[in-house]
Amino acid sequence: MNEAPLRDLVPGVIGVLVRRGADVASAEDAVQEALIRAFETWPEDPPRDPKAWLVAAAWRRFLDAVRAESSRRGRELAVETRAVEPPTDPAPAGDDTLRLYFLCAHPTLSPAAAVALTLRAVGGLTTKQIAEAHLVPESTMAQRISRAKRAIAGLRLDQPGDLGAVLRVLYLVFNEGYGGDVDLAAEAVRLTRQLATLTDEPEVAGLLALMLLHHARRASRTGPGGRLVPLAEQDRSRWDTGLIAEGVAILQTALARDRLGEYQAQAAIAALHADARSTSETDWVQIVDWYDELLALTGSPVVRLNRAVAVGEADGPHAGLEALADVDPDLPRHAAAAAYLHERAGDLEHAAALYAEASHAATSVPERDHLTREAARVRQLLRAPTISPGSPSPATGP
Amino acid sequence: MRYLLLKHYRGGQAPAVDWTSMDQWTPEEVDAHMQYMSDFAKRLEETGEFVDSQALSAEGAFVRSDGAGRPPVTDGPFAETKDLVAGWMIIDVESWDRAVELAGELSAAPGAGGEPIHEWLEVRPFLAGAHGSPE
Repeated sequence: MNEAPLRDLVPGVIGVLVRRGADVASAEDAVQEALIRAFETWPEDPPRDPKAWLVAAAWRRFLDAVRAESSRRGRELAVETRAVEPPTDPAPAGDDTLRLYFLCAHPTLSPAAAVALTLRAVGGLTTKQIAEAHLVPESTMAQRISRAKRAIAGLRLDQPGDLGAVLRVLYLVFNEGYGGDVDLAAEAVRLTRQLATLTDEPEVAGLLALMLLHHARRASRTGPGGRLVPLAEQDRSRWDTGLIAEGVAILQTALARDRLGEYQAQAAIAALHADARSTSETDWVQIVDWYDELLALTGSPVVRLNRAVAVGEADGPHAGLEALADVDPDLPRHAAAAAYLHERAGDLEHAAALYAEASHAATSVPERDHLTREAARVRQLLRAPTISPGSPSPATGP
Repeated sequence: MRYLLLKHYRGGQAPAVDWTSMDQWTPEEVDAHMQYMSDFAKRLEETGEFVDSQALSAEGAFVRSDGAGRPPVTDGPFAETKDLVAGWMIIDVESWDRAVELAGELSAAPGAGGEPIHEWLEVRPFLAGAHGSPE
Protein backbone atom coordinates (compact mmCIF):
# COMPACT_ATOMS: atom_id res chain seq x y z
CA MET A 1 0.00 0.00 0.00
CA ASN A 2 1.26 3.45 -0.83
CA GLU A 3 1.94 5.39 2.34
CA ALA A 4 1.93 8.94 0.97
CA PRO A 5 -1.80 9.45 0.14
CA LEU A 6 -2.65 8.01 3.54
CA ARG A 7 -0.35 10.51 5.22
CA ASP A 8 -2.10 13.31 3.32
CA LEU A 9 -5.22 12.45 5.32
CA VAL A 10 -3.57 12.55 8.74
CA PRO A 11 -3.79 16.27 9.61
CA GLY A 12 -7.44 16.44 8.52
CA VAL A 13 -8.35 13.47 10.70
CA ILE A 14 -6.49 14.85 13.72
CA GLY A 15 -8.18 18.17 13.04
CA VAL A 16 -11.66 16.62 13.19
CA LEU A 17 -10.89 14.94 16.53
CA VAL A 18 -9.47 18.15 17.95
CA ARG A 19 -12.56 20.10 16.90
CA ARG A 20 -14.73 17.49 18.58
CA GLY A 21 -12.95 18.15 21.86
CA ALA A 22 -9.85 15.94 21.89
CA ASP A 23 -6.51 17.50 22.77
CA VAL A 24 -3.82 17.27 20.11
CA ALA A 25 -1.76 14.66 21.96
CA SER A 26 -4.66 12.20 22.40
CA ALA A 27 -5.97 12.86 18.90
CA GLU A 28 -2.56 12.22 17.43
CA ASP A 29 -2.14 8.97 19.38
CA ALA A 30 -5.59 7.80 18.32
CA VAL A 31 -4.90 8.57 14.66
CA GLN A 32 -1.56 6.73 14.80
CA GLU A 33 -3.39 3.65 16.14
CA ALA A 34 -6.04 3.97 13.47
CA LEU A 35 -3.31 4.15 10.83
CA ILE A 36 -1.74 0.94 12.07
CA ARG A 37 -5.17 -0.73 11.84
CA ALA A 38 -5.58 0.71 8.33
CA PHE A 39 -2.29 -0.80 7.21
CA GLU A 40 -3.44 -4.16 8.56
CA THR A 41 -6.93 -4.24 7.09
CA TRP A 42 -7.04 -2.04 3.99
CA PRO A 43 -5.07 -4.26 1.64
CA GLU A 44 -7.79 -6.94 2.13
CA ASP A 45 -10.76 -4.68 2.60
CA PRO A 46 -10.22 -1.15 1.27
CA PRO A 47 -12.74 1.40 2.53
CA ARG A 48 -14.86 3.45 0.10
CA ASP A 49 -14.08 6.68 1.98
CA PRO A 50 -10.63 6.35 3.58
CA LYS A 51 -10.87 9.60 5.51
CA ALA A 52 -14.28 8.78 7.01
CA TRP A 53 -12.94 5.34 7.95
CA LEU A 54 -9.93 6.89 9.69
CA VAL A 55 -12.07 9.47 11.50
CA ALA A 56 -14.42 6.76 12.77
CA ALA A 57 -11.60 4.41 13.80
CA ALA A 58 -9.56 7.15 15.47
CA TRP A 59 -12.59 8.59 17.27
CA ARG A 60 -13.43 5.13 18.62
CA ARG A 61 -9.89 4.71 19.87
CA PHE A 62 -9.91 8.17 21.39
CA LEU A 63 -13.13 7.37 23.31
CA ASP A 64 -11.70 4.04 24.47
CA ALA A 65 -8.66 5.89 25.79
CA VAL A 66 -10.81 8.50 27.53
CA ARG A 67 -12.97 5.81 29.16
CA ALA A 68 -9.93 3.88 30.31
CA GLU A 69 -8.42 7.05 31.71
CA SER A 70 -11.61 8.22 33.44
CA SER A 71 -12.31 4.84 35.03
CA ARG A 72 -8.75 4.79 36.26
CA ARG A 73 -9.17 8.19 37.81
CA GLY A 74 -12.64 7.28 39.05
CA ARG A 75 -14.22 10.39 37.69
CA GLU A 76 -16.01 11.46 34.57
CA LEU A 77 -14.22 13.60 32.05
CA ALA A 78 -16.28 16.38 30.60
CA VAL A 79 -15.45 15.27 27.13
CA GLU A 80 -17.11 11.90 27.56
CA THR A 81 -20.55 13.22 28.41
CA ARG A 82 -20.46 15.83 25.73
CA ALA A 83 -18.98 13.79 22.96
CA VAL A 84 -19.58 10.06 23.07
CA GLU A 85 -21.55 10.32 19.87
CA PRO A 86 -19.71 12.16 17.16
CA PRO A 87 -21.28 15.58 16.70
CA THR A 88 -22.20 16.56 13.19
CA ASP A 89 -19.33 18.18 11.36
CA PRO A 90 -20.46 21.60 10.24
CA ALA A 91 -17.01 23.07 9.59
CA PRO A 92 -15.42 22.56 6.18
CA ALA A 93 -12.76 19.84 6.38
CA GLY A 94 -9.97 22.26 5.39
CA ASP A 95 -10.51 24.39 8.48
CA ASP A 96 -9.61 21.49 10.77
CA THR A 97 -6.37 20.86 8.93
CA LEU A 98 -5.51 24.54 8.87
CA ARG A 99 -6.04 24.82 12.64
CA LEU A 100 -3.69 21.92 13.14
CA TYR A 101 -0.97 23.75 11.18
CA PHE A 102 -1.51 26.79 13.43
CA LEU A 103 -1.37 24.73 16.63
CA CYS A 104 1.77 22.82 15.67
CA ALA A 105 3.60 26.04 14.75
CA HIS A 106 2.26 27.98 17.71
CA PRO A 107 4.59 30.87 18.62
CA THR A 108 4.89 29.60 22.21
CA LEU A 109 6.81 26.57 20.88
CA SER A 110 10.53 26.71 20.17
CA PRO A 111 11.38 26.35 16.47
CA ALA A 112 12.80 22.85 17.02
CA ALA A 113 9.65 21.76 18.89
CA ALA A 114 7.35 23.26 16.27
CA VAL A 115 9.25 21.53 13.47
CA ALA A 116 9.07 18.15 15.21
CA LEU A 117 5.38 18.46 16.06
CA THR A 118 4.47 19.63 12.56
CA LEU A 119 6.26 16.68 10.99
CA ARG A 120 4.57 14.29 13.38
CA ALA A 121 0.99 15.59 13.52
CA VAL A 122 0.60 17.37 10.17
CA GLY A 123 3.10 15.29 8.19
CA GLY A 124 2.21 11.96 9.78
CA LEU A 125 5.86 10.88 9.99
CA THR A 126 6.92 8.47 12.70
CA THR A 127 9.04 9.68 15.62
CA LYS A 128 11.81 7.38 14.38
CA GLN A 129 11.82 8.99 10.94
CA ILE A 130 11.88 12.50 12.42
CA ALA A 131 14.71 11.53 14.80
CA GLU A 132 16.81 10.05 11.99
CA ALA A 133 16.34 13.12 9.84
CA HIS A 134 17.66 15.29 12.67
CA LEU A 135 20.44 12.92 13.79
CA VAL A 136 19.17 12.65 17.36
CA PRO A 137 18.23 9.52 19.33
CA GLU A 138 14.61 8.44 18.94
CA SER A 139 13.99 8.82 22.69
CA THR A 140 15.17 12.43 22.54
CA MET A 141 12.81 13.19 19.68
CA ALA A 142 9.94 11.42 21.46
CA GLN A 143 10.50 13.68 24.48
CA ARG A 144 10.71 16.79 22.31
CA ILE A 145 7.40 15.91 20.69
CA SER A 146 5.58 15.05 23.89
CA ARG A 147 6.79 18.23 25.59
CA ALA A 148 5.54 20.19 22.59
CA LYS A 149 2.16 18.46 22.81
CA ARG A 150 1.90 19.31 26.50
CA ALA A 151 2.81 22.93 25.76
CA ILE A 152 -0.08 23.35 23.34
CA ALA A 153 -2.55 21.13 25.25
CA GLY A 154 -4.40 24.05 26.83
CA LEU A 155 -4.60 26.20 23.71
CA ARG A 156 -7.99 26.70 22.15
CA LEU A 157 -8.47 26.43 18.44
CA ASP A 158 -10.76 29.41 18.11
CA GLN A 159 -7.87 31.83 18.49
CA PRO A 160 -6.69 33.26 15.18
CA GLY A 161 -3.62 31.43 13.93
CA ASP A 162 -0.27 32.98 13.13
CA LEU A 163 0.34 32.15 9.49
CA GLY A 164 3.80 33.73 9.54
CA ALA A 165 4.86 31.24 12.23
CA VAL A 166 3.55 28.33 10.12
CA LEU A 167 5.52 29.53 7.09
CA ARG A 168 8.70 29.93 9.14
CA VAL A 169 8.36 26.36 10.41
CA LEU A 170 7.78 24.96 6.92
CA TYR A 171 10.78 26.89 5.58
CA LEU A 172 12.90 25.48 8.42
CA VAL A 173 11.79 21.96 7.51
CA PHE A 174 12.71 22.68 3.88
CA ASN A 175 16.22 23.75 4.82
CA GLU A 176 17.09 21.02 7.30
CA GLY A 177 17.31 17.27 7.09
CA TYR A 178 20.61 15.53 7.58
CA GLY A 179 20.09 11.80 7.68
CA GLY A 180 17.66 8.95 7.37
CA ASP A 181 15.40 7.95 4.52
CA VAL A 182 12.92 10.80 4.69
CA ASP A 183 13.52 13.67 2.32
CA LEU A 184 12.54 16.64 4.49
CA ALA A 185 12.77 19.14 1.62
CA ALA A 186 10.24 17.11 -0.37
CA GLU A 187 8.13 16.75 2.78
CA ALA A 188 8.17 20.54 3.27
CA VAL A 189 7.05 21.02 -0.34
CA ARG A 190 4.21 18.53 0.22
CA LEU A 191 3.05 20.25 3.41
CA THR A 192 3.26 23.71 1.82
CA ARG A 193 1.34 22.52 -1.23
CA GLN A 194 -1.35 21.20 1.10
CA LEU A 195 -1.41 24.49 3.02
CA ALA A 196 -1.77 26.41 -0.25
CA THR A 197 -5.00 24.51 -0.94
CA LEU A 198 -6.36 25.61 2.46
CA THR A 199 -5.65 29.33 2.30
CA ASP A 200 -5.23 31.79 -0.53
CA GLU A 201 -2.75 34.06 1.29
CA PRO A 202 -0.22 35.19 -1.33
CA GLU A 203 2.69 34.57 1.04
CA VAL A 204 1.82 30.86 1.20
CA ALA A 205 1.99 30.76 -2.59
CA GLY A 206 5.22 32.77 -2.36
CA LEU A 207 6.81 30.21 -0.05
CA LEU A 208 5.64 27.33 -2.23
CA ALA A 209 7.10 29.03 -5.31
CA LEU A 210 10.37 29.68 -3.47
CA MET A 211 10.64 26.03 -2.43
CA LEU A 212 9.87 24.74 -5.92
CA LEU A 213 12.41 27.07 -7.52
CA HIS A 214 15.13 26.01 -5.07
CA HIS A 215 14.16 22.35 -5.27
CA ALA A 216 14.45 22.52 -9.06
CA ARG A 217 18.18 23.24 -8.76
CA ARG A 218 18.90 20.56 -6.20
CA ALA A 219 20.58 18.00 -8.46
CA SER A 220 23.10 20.58 -9.64
CA ARG A 221 23.99 22.02 -6.23
CA THR A 222 26.29 19.23 -5.09
CA GLY A 223 29.09 17.50 -6.93
CA PRO A 224 30.99 14.29 -6.22
CA GLY A 225 31.55 13.60 -2.52
CA GLY A 226 28.89 16.12 -1.50
CA ARG A 227 31.00 19.05 -2.65
CA LEU A 228 29.21 22.37 -2.95
CA VAL A 229 28.75 23.66 -6.49
CA PRO A 230 28.14 27.42 -6.48
CA LEU A 231 25.42 28.94 -8.65
CA ALA A 232 27.86 30.23 -11.27
CA GLU A 233 29.25 26.73 -11.89
CA GLN A 234 26.02 24.75 -11.77
CA ASP A 235 25.11 22.71 -14.82
CA ARG A 236 21.87 24.49 -15.69
CA SER A 237 20.78 21.71 -18.01
CA ARG A 238 20.20 19.66 -14.85
CA TRP A 239 17.71 22.12 -13.44
CA ASP A 240 14.18 20.73 -13.32
CA THR A 241 12.32 22.90 -15.85
CA GLY A 242 8.95 21.47 -14.85
CA LEU A 243 9.37 22.62 -11.25
CA ILE A 244 10.70 25.99 -12.40
CA ALA A 245 7.68 26.56 -14.67
CA GLU A 246 5.32 25.60 -11.86
CA GLY A 247 7.12 27.84 -9.36
CA VAL A 248 7.11 30.82 -11.73
CA ALA A 249 3.40 30.38 -12.52
CA ILE A 250 2.48 30.20 -8.82
CA LEU A 251 4.63 33.25 -8.10
CA GLN A 252 3.09 35.31 -10.91
CA THR A 253 -0.42 34.58 -9.66
CA ALA A 254 0.62 35.58 -6.14
CA LEU A 255 2.37 38.78 -7.25
CA ALA A 256 -0.72 39.81 -9.22
CA ARG A 257 -2.57 40.06 -5.91
CA ASP A 258 -0.34 43.03 -5.09
CA ARG A 259 0.29 42.01 -1.48
CA LEU A 260 4.03 41.57 -1.46
CA GLY A 261 5.77 39.72 1.36
CA GLU A 262 9.23 38.36 2.04
CA TYR A 263 8.66 34.90 0.56
CA GLN A 264 7.29 36.31 -2.69
CA ALA A 265 10.29 38.66 -2.92
CA GLN A 266 12.72 35.78 -2.28
CA ALA A 267 10.90 33.66 -4.84
CA ALA A 268 11.16 36.51 -7.36
CA ILE A 269 14.94 36.52 -6.91
CA ALA A 270 15.05 32.72 -7.29
CA ALA A 271 12.90 33.01 -10.43
CA LEU A 272 15.30 35.53 -12.01
CA HIS A 273 18.18 33.10 -11.42
CA ALA A 274 16.14 30.20 -12.77
CA ASP A 275 15.32 32.22 -15.87
CA ALA A 276 18.95 32.97 -16.83
CA ARG A 277 21.22 30.77 -18.94
CA SER A 278 24.32 31.86 -16.99
CA THR A 279 25.35 34.26 -14.23
CA SER A 280 26.54 36.74 -16.86
CA GLU A 281 23.11 36.70 -18.54
CA THR A 282 21.32 37.14 -15.22
CA ASP A 283 19.25 40.29 -14.74
CA TRP A 284 21.25 41.51 -11.73
CA VAL A 285 19.72 45.00 -11.84
CA GLN A 286 16.28 43.55 -11.26
CA ILE A 287 17.69 41.22 -8.60
CA VAL A 288 19.06 44.24 -6.72
CA ASP A 289 15.60 45.87 -6.97
CA TRP A 290 14.07 42.77 -5.37
CA TYR A 291 16.71 42.80 -2.63
CA ASP A 292 15.74 46.42 -1.95
CA GLU A 293 12.11 45.31 -1.58
CA LEU A 294 13.17 42.42 0.63
CA LEU A 295 15.29 44.71 2.78
CA ALA A 296 12.38 47.13 3.20
CA LEU A 297 10.16 44.20 4.24
CA THR A 298 12.54 42.48 6.65
CA GLY A 299 15.46 44.78 7.55
CA SER A 300 17.45 41.55 7.73
CA PRO A 301 21.27 41.87 7.88
CA VAL A 302 21.61 38.67 5.85
CA VAL A 303 19.53 40.23 3.09
CA ARG A 304 21.80 43.29 3.24
CA LEU A 305 24.82 41.01 2.77
CA ASN A 306 23.32 39.14 -0.20
CA ARG A 307 22.25 42.47 -1.68
CA ALA A 308 25.87 43.70 -1.58
CA VAL A 309 26.97 40.67 -3.62
CA ALA A 310 24.17 41.33 -6.15
CA VAL A 311 25.19 45.01 -6.34
CA GLY A 312 28.70 43.78 -7.12
CA GLU A 313 27.29 41.94 -10.14
CA ALA A 314 24.99 44.75 -11.28
CA ASP A 315 27.26 47.76 -10.79
CA GLY A 316 30.74 46.28 -10.42
CA PRO A 317 32.82 45.03 -7.50
CA HIS A 318 33.66 48.49 -6.13
CA ALA A 319 29.98 49.35 -5.79
CA GLY A 320 29.52 45.94 -4.16
CA LEU A 321 32.28 46.65 -1.64
CA GLU A 322 30.71 50.02 -0.92
CA ALA A 323 27.38 48.30 -0.22
CA LEU A 324 29.20 45.75 1.93
CA ALA A 325 30.62 48.54 4.09
CA ASP A 326 27.12 48.98 5.58
CA VAL A 327 26.88 45.30 6.57
CA ASP A 328 27.69 43.99 10.06
CA PRO A 329 31.13 42.33 9.71
CA ASP A 330 30.25 39.74 12.37
CA LEU A 331 27.74 38.06 10.06
CA PRO A 332 28.55 34.53 8.95
CA ARG A 333 29.63 34.71 5.30
CA HIS A 334 30.69 38.34 5.52
CA ALA A 335 34.31 37.35 4.87
CA ALA A 336 33.23 35.09 2.00
CA ALA A 337 31.29 37.91 0.32
CA ALA A 338 34.19 40.34 0.87
CA ALA A 339 36.66 37.81 -0.57
CA TYR A 340 34.55 37.39 -3.70
CA LEU A 341 34.18 41.14 -4.27
CA HIS A 342 37.88 41.82 -3.64
CA GLU A 343 38.84 39.14 -6.14
CA ARG A 344 36.52 40.66 -8.72
CA ALA A 345 38.12 44.02 -8.00
CA GLY A 346 41.55 42.49 -8.74
CA ASP A 347 42.88 42.53 -5.17
CA LEU A 348 43.92 38.86 -5.12
CA GLU A 349 46.18 39.08 -2.07
CA HIS A 350 43.37 40.41 0.06
CA ALA A 351 40.88 37.98 -1.49
CA ALA A 352 43.00 34.91 -0.70
CA ALA A 353 43.41 35.94 2.94
CA LEU A 354 39.66 36.60 3.21
CA TYR A 355 38.73 33.24 1.66
CA ALA A 356 40.98 31.50 4.19
CA GLU A 357 39.40 33.53 7.00
CA ALA A 358 35.95 32.69 5.66
CA SER A 359 36.76 28.96 5.64
CA HIS A 360 37.52 29.15 9.38
CA ALA A 361 34.17 30.87 10.02
CA ALA A 362 32.15 28.43 7.86
CA THR A 363 29.22 26.71 9.54
CA SER A 364 29.10 23.55 7.41
CA VAL A 365 31.67 21.10 6.05
CA PRO A 366 30.75 21.61 2.36
CA GLU A 367 30.92 25.39 2.80
CA ARG A 368 34.24 25.18 4.64
CA ASP A 369 35.74 22.92 1.97
CA HIS A 370 34.45 25.15 -0.82
CA LEU A 371 36.03 28.24 0.74
CA THR A 372 39.31 26.40 1.33
CA ARG A 373 39.34 25.52 -2.38
CA GLU A 374 38.63 29.14 -3.28
CA ALA A 375 41.55 30.29 -1.13
CA ALA A 376 43.79 27.72 -2.81
CA ARG A 377 42.57 28.79 -6.26
CA VAL A 378 43.30 32.48 -5.65
CA ARG A 379 46.73 31.72 -4.15
CA GLN A 380 47.53 29.77 -7.30
CA LEU A 381 46.59 32.81 -9.38
CA LEU A 382 48.96 34.86 -7.25
CA ARG A 383 51.81 32.41 -7.86
CA ALA A 384 51.20 32.39 -11.63
CA PRO A 385 49.84 35.83 -12.47
CA THR A 386 50.10 35.30 -16.24
CA ILE A 387 47.42 32.61 -16.26
CA SER A 388 44.03 34.13 -16.97
CA PRO A 389 41.93 34.15 -13.83
CA GLY A 390 39.14 31.63 -13.41
CA SER A 391 35.73 32.89 -12.48
CA PRO A 392 35.26 33.34 -8.76
CA SER A 393 32.12 31.91 -7.28
CA PRO A 394 30.27 33.42 -4.37
CA ALA A 395 29.43 31.04 -1.58
CA THR A 396 26.63 33.40 -0.63
CA GLY A 397 23.57 34.08 -2.70
CA PRO A 398 20.56 31.94 -3.31
CA MET B 1 35.12 -2.70 19.56
CA ARG B 2 34.66 0.97 19.01
CA TYR B 3 37.51 3.42 18.60
CA LEU B 4 37.65 7.16 18.30
CA LEU B 5 40.08 8.59 15.75
CA LEU B 6 40.61 12.13 16.94
CA LYS B 7 41.99 14.83 14.68
CA HIS B 8 43.55 18.02 16.07
CA TYR B 9 43.79 21.44 14.47
CA ARG B 10 46.84 22.07 16.62
CA GLY B 11 48.27 21.03 19.95
CA GLY B 12 48.77 17.37 20.72
CA GLN B 13 51.86 15.83 19.16
CA ALA B 14 54.37 17.98 17.29
CA PRO B 15 53.79 17.37 13.56
CA ALA B 16 55.98 14.68 12.00
CA VAL B 17 55.85 16.50 8.67
CA ASP B 18 55.61 20.29 8.73
CA TRP B 19 52.89 20.65 6.13
CA THR B 20 51.56 24.05 5.13
CA SER B 21 47.97 25.04 5.75
CA MET B 22 45.48 23.89 3.15
CA ASP B 23 44.79 27.27 1.59
CA GLN B 24 48.45 27.34 0.53
CA TRP B 25 48.04 24.15 -1.55
CA THR B 26 46.93 24.09 -5.16
CA PRO B 27 43.20 23.50 -5.79
CA GLU B 28 44.04 20.06 -7.22
CA GLU B 29 45.91 19.13 -4.05
CA VAL B 30 42.96 20.28 -1.94
CA ASP B 31 40.59 18.21 -4.08
CA ALA B 32 42.83 15.15 -3.86
CA HIS B 33 42.96 15.44 -0.07
CA MET B 34 39.19 15.72 0.28
CA GLN B 35 38.61 12.91 -2.17
CA TYR B 36 40.93 10.68 -0.13
CA MET B 37 38.98 11.43 3.07
CA SER B 38 35.62 10.76 1.48
CA ASP B 39 36.84 7.56 -0.24
CA PHE B 40 38.21 6.35 3.09
CA ALA B 41 34.86 6.85 4.86
CA LYS B 42 32.97 5.23 1.98
CA ARG B 43 35.23 2.19 2.06
CA LEU B 44 34.66 1.75 5.81
CA GLU B 45 30.91 1.97 5.24
CA GLU B 46 31.24 -0.86 2.73
CA THR B 47 33.24 -3.01 5.15
CA GLY B 48 30.72 -2.29 7.92
CA GLU B 49 33.30 -0.58 10.12
CA PHE B 50 32.13 3.03 9.86
CA VAL B 51 30.07 4.48 12.72
CA ASP B 52 30.22 8.27 12.59
CA SER B 53 32.31 11.17 11.44
CA GLN B 54 31.95 14.79 12.56
CA ALA B 55 33.90 17.99 12.08
CA LEU B 56 34.06 20.82 14.61
CA SER B 57 34.28 24.52 13.97
CA ALA B 58 37.42 26.25 15.23
CA GLU B 59 35.15 28.64 17.15
CA GLY B 60 34.12 27.97 20.74
CA ALA B 61 35.34 28.40 24.31
CA PHE B 62 36.07 26.62 27.58
CA VAL B 63 33.26 27.00 30.13
CA ARG B 64 33.01 26.13 33.83
CA SER B 65 30.69 26.80 36.75
CA ASP B 66 31.63 29.70 39.01
CA GLY B 67 29.30 28.71 41.84
CA ALA B 68 25.57 28.98 42.47
CA GLY B 69 23.92 32.23 41.45
CA ARG B 70 26.84 33.31 39.32
CA PRO B 71 27.13 33.11 35.55
CA PRO B 72 29.50 30.44 34.21
CA VAL B 73 33.08 31.49 33.54
CA THR B 74 34.24 31.25 29.94
CA ASP B 75 37.77 31.12 28.64
CA GLY B 76 38.15 31.60 24.92
CA PRO B 77 37.91 31.79 21.95
CA PHE B 78 40.75 29.31 22.12
CA ALA B 79 44.24 30.74 22.45
CA GLU B 80 46.66 29.76 19.69
CA THR B 81 48.64 27.61 22.10
CA LYS B 82 45.76 25.40 23.21
CA ASP B 83 45.05 21.92 21.97
CA LEU B 84 42.10 22.13 19.60
CA VAL B 85 40.07 19.17 18.38
CA ALA B 86 39.11 19.48 14.69
CA GLY B 87 36.87 16.45 14.40
CA TRP B 88 36.65 12.72 14.72
CA MET B 89 35.73 9.46 13.14
CA ILE B 90 34.27 6.57 15.12
CA ILE B 91 34.97 3.08 13.83
CA ASP B 92 33.74 -0.31 14.96
CA VAL B 93 36.45 -2.88 14.27
CA GLU B 94 37.66 -6.32 15.35
CA SER B 95 40.84 -5.32 17.15
CA TRP B 96 43.23 -2.60 18.29
CA ASP B 97 45.53 -3.62 15.44
CA ARG B 98 42.83 -2.97 12.88
CA ALA B 99 42.09 0.44 14.46
CA VAL B 100 45.77 1.34 14.24
CA GLU B 101 45.97 0.14 10.65
CA LEU B 102 43.01 2.31 9.65
CA ALA B 103 44.28 5.36 11.55
CA GLY B 104 47.58 4.95 9.70
CA GLU B 105 45.76 4.97 6.38
CA LEU B 106 43.73 8.02 7.29
CA SER B 107 46.88 9.85 8.40
CA ALA B 108 48.45 9.24 4.98
CA ALA B 109 45.99 11.58 3.21
CA PRO B 110 47.83 13.50 0.49
CA GLY B 111 48.87 17.14 0.99
CA ALA B 112 51.02 19.61 -0.92
CA GLY B 113 52.83 17.96 -3.84
CA GLY B 114 50.65 14.89 -3.35
CA GLU B 115 52.88 13.81 -0.43
CA PRO B 116 51.17 12.14 2.57
CA ILE B 117 50.79 14.61 5.41
CA HIS B 118 51.50 12.00 8.13
CA GLU B 119 49.36 13.91 10.62
CA TRP B 120 49.05 12.51 14.14
CA LEU B 121 45.66 11.01 14.93
CA GLU B 122 44.71 10.13 18.47
CA VAL B 123 43.21 6.62 18.69
CA ARG B 124 41.13 5.92 21.80
CA PRO B 125 39.09 2.82 22.63
CA PHE B 126 35.56 3.44 23.93
CA LEU B 127 34.76 2.09 27.40
CA ALA B 128 31.76 -0.20 27.35
CA GLY B 129 28.58 1.39 28.72
CA ALA B 130 26.61 0.20 31.75
CA HIS B 131 24.74 -2.23 29.50
CA GLY B 132 27.76 -3.49 27.61
CA SER B 133 28.89 -2.05 24.34
CA PRO B 134 26.82 0.93 23.23
CA GLU B 135 24.45 -0.02 20.43
